[in-house]
Amino acid sequence: MKLSFEKSRAGRSGLDRLDTAPGDEVLAELGDLLRTGELFLPQMSELETVRHYTALSRRNMGVDTDFYPLGSCTMKYNPKVNEVIAAMPGFTGLHPLAPAAAAGGWLKVYSDLERYLADITGMDAFTLHPMAGAHGELTGMMIVKAFCGGTGESRTKVLVPDSAHGTNPASAALCGFEVVNVPSAEDGMIHPHTLAEYVGSDTAALMLTNPNTLGIFEQHIRRVADMVHEAGGLLYYDGANLNAIAGRVKPGDMGFDVVHLNLHKTFATPHGGGGPGSGPVGVKGRLAEFLPVPRVEEKDGALTLSEDFPRSIGRLSGFYGNALVALKACAYILNLGPEGLAEMSALAVLNARYLLGLLTSGGWTLPYGAPCMHEFVLSGEDLPEGVHTMDVAKRLIDAGYHPPTVYFPLIVREAIMIEPTETESPEKLEEFAGVMNRILGEARDDPDVLKTAPSTTPVSRLDEALAARELNLACKRNGRT
Amino acid sequence: MAFVPHTAEDVARLLAAVGADSLDGLFSHLPGDVVSAAAAVPGPMDEDGLLRHFRTVSGRNAVHEAGMCFAGAGAYDHFIPAAVDALSGRSEFLTAYTPYQPELSQGWLQAIYEYQSMIVSLTGMDVANSSMYDGATALYEAVLMTLRVTRNRHRVLVSGTVNPLYRTVLRSYAANLALEITDVPMKDGTDDADRLRAAVDDGTSAVVVGYPAFTGSLADVSHLAEAAHDKGALLVASVYPTALAVAKSPGEMGADIVVGDGQPFGMPLSWGGPYLGFLAARDKYVRRMPGRIVGATVDTRGRRGFVLTLQTREQHIRREKAMSNICSNQAHTALRAAVYLTLLGPSGLRKVAAACMGNARELKERVLALEGVTPLYRNGLPWFNEFAVRLPAAAERVVQSLSGKGVLAGVPLARLAAGADEGALLLAATEKNRRDDIARFAEMLSKTLRELR
Repeated sequence: MKLSFEKSRAGRSGLDRLDTAPGDEVLAELGDLLRTGELFLPQMSELETVRHYTALSRRNMGVDTDFYPLGSCTMKYNPKVNEVIAAMPGFTGLHPLAPAAAAGGWLKVYSDLERYLADITGMDAFTLHPMAGAHGELTGMMIVKAFCGGTGESRTKVLVPDSAHGTNPASAALCGFEVVNVPSAEDGMIHPHTLAEYVGSDTAALMLTNPNTLGIFEQHIRRVADMVHEAGGLLYYDGANLNAIAGRVKPGDMGFDVVHLNLHKTFATPHGGGGPGSGPVGVKGRLAEFLPVPRVEEKDGALTLSEDFPRSIGRLSGFYGNALVALKACAYILNLGPEGLAEMSALAVLNARYLLGLLTSGGWTLPYGAPCMHEFVLSGEDLPEGVHTMDVAKRLIDAGYHPPTVYFPLIVREAIMIEPTETESPEKLEEFAGVMNRILGEARDDPDVLKTAPSTTPVSRLDEALAARELNLACKRNGRT
Repeated sequence: MAFVPHTAEDVARLLAAVGADSLDGLFSHLPGDVVSAAAAVPGPMDEDGLLRHFRTVSGRNAVHEAGMCFAGAGAYDHFIPAAVDALSGRSEFLTAYTPYQPELSQGWLQAIYEYQSMIVSLTGMDVANSSMYDGATALYEAVLMTLRVTRNRHRVLVSGTVNPLYRTVLRSYAANLALEITDVPMKDGTDDADRLRAAVDDGTSAVVVGYPAFTGSLADVSHLAEAAHDKGALLVASVYPTALAVAKSPGEMGADIVVGDGQPFGMPLSWGGPYLGFLAARDKYVRRMPGRIVGATVDTRGRRGFVLTLQTREQHIRREKAMSNICSNQAHTALRAAVYLTLLGPSGLRKVAAACMGNARELKERVLALEGVTPLYRNGLPWFNEFAVRLPAAAERVVQSLSGKGVLAGVPLARLAAGADEGALLLAATEKNRRDDIARFAEMLSKTLRELR
């Protein structure tokens, strides 16, 4: 499909009238600073712009169009009512630096959501500022660092299981911590006797996802928590997988001290092609003083913003994070209520376990056998010689499915990570399992259809090596493309 | 509830298939010591109830009347054409995940490639990434990038022209890194070029400037770029992107990295987010850039297509050695910016920028005509759409008082920077502040100043 730049015609614009625009004489004031270089933007009418982006949207898959069993990403349905709420002018119109007295509505949303999330996770205080999961991790690690700094001890290491998301070690490293990988045992869990070799007086924190990225609940979590605490470290909860236990098990009750959540996963805000997300961070009471500022506070019966927290890790975003995303999550929680949350996580687990059964009975290999929670990880290692997980993924596209997460977690060879979420029907799972099992047969009988897939998409497999070797990252007037 | 399709029959059938006796039974293998009490959140609420609730809550925000927002400081009340909502709201975009599977994500990937191209042209750079969280975090990432490029340098000079909120954010992150930040305060509302030049040394990785200054002035930064380059440091510019439609791009003045907030390109004010951090740089630094980058390539049949490229810089491959920890970014607001810029095109964007300038001049003239109001700076430099004045009353009180009357009168500088003059007020105008809005505002401001005297 042509680029907008290639459809462009000099002199066209979708903005044909702007009543407040003065003549060009005002620009003369810029003198030597007047822009002389070309402003290379597409030139299209409004209809051409609309057709261009509509055409682009049709070359894309979303939860609203197809099943998206993308492990670790919780691609559940994003309720439409939340979009309507997030478009209310009373929310969208407010300037972030309006006086606090003018922000009563937003302050209530923040204060309410902080309380709901604290309750759901068993924490004492929350910040909604982090703008994505990884940003939440960084915030959490900064809190860990601030806490350790105050203890007078030298805690330089953050322990991360080998099954962890890549953001965990990356976030810890950004705070200057040394990252130490802890191997998971044969059953996919962290075992106290292994952990004992790693945890010590230099441990700042252990970062855990529970259920872990294999979809397995860490059975020894209480003992693990005790070991970390006895060594003087903190236990960090990566909330990527909260959808498995929300409304049922609180990370705070498992012994976690710091959590981050992904509102764009568990709390149904749309992923938007990769963001904006929201990664709120919750802490136990003794860590609350370190939370970022400004914080929502009640003062003389009214909510306000306060920066008066001398031990805070400071301000981490221009304003207060992705407010509209927080708003959608707040609406989702109120929509579901406590029973709805518990039902949500139970059906997420039920769907995953049901789908797993359909796939293993169809011949797929499950390397870690513990009962799965909301997701599970298959291995493509037993596929016939020369056929890889990526081929299965591409073949699924031809059948109208978004592929699962592949090649993650790193501890499973040829990993295929599947998370159906609670919002899919049993029929959809059966249909998907039928296709997956058929593909397994094709891998034996007709591997070429896998190797050449997809054939139904606007483009076939793309040359990623070429893209990285001969960089073409922008359309330029005098350049390539 | 919970948007689940399961009938009671479905649940019973699936439970039987997995060998569980009840939904609670699905969790029976969890250790007994981790079971929690149910969450005590309110709800459930039906859709109508939910809408009513949030309509009431949103009513507690005192939003300015149309055309009556005169505040900027990093977030601007620009007009958003209807097509931006209509197109970005298409659920194939909204409900998609990160385009890791390129064959079924060509729509997203091409949109981001076009977005990168537009940012490149605006900033005068060679490459742009697919987005950062916001202008403040984009600046922090740019500073980290200069540390990677220059190696073994640990000092960054930050001009007072950079938005004070961004400077505060930078300071928070720097606390955990081997990074020393030296603030070089403004001189009469612009970069203190002499002090900046004198301060650059062999340990400096970057000189960071605001363009325009957060108080509105535009200054040529080429000499600062030269001074930085002479010592092997980089020049980073934090920009207001609408201004670049009419003002010389940082690229034309020798900048190495340009960052900013794309909020003016189609993002509602929304109490601060979601906005859009953008980051663009010279070609030679592309492998040190953070975040996702989309590149063009070909498929097995030679057709052009787009993929996420240079992924070996990123956390999912490099883990603790990654350029950044960023994963989810602000793709959807980048899409909004792309739609906005495509719709307006160069002539439309120039019209918007000129209107901002024209209205700001009308505003400044009217405000300065009020008794006792004086300009805070008199540097004689060109300026875009923002300026600072000194009021004959506490700016905070003026803003509070007018806020109750549907007007956001600006941002008191004392709220952004400790030690600022109590009377100092930062005002901005956009294409939305029409002549009669400005006249009405000037009258209301005049009355308020008389009352507070």
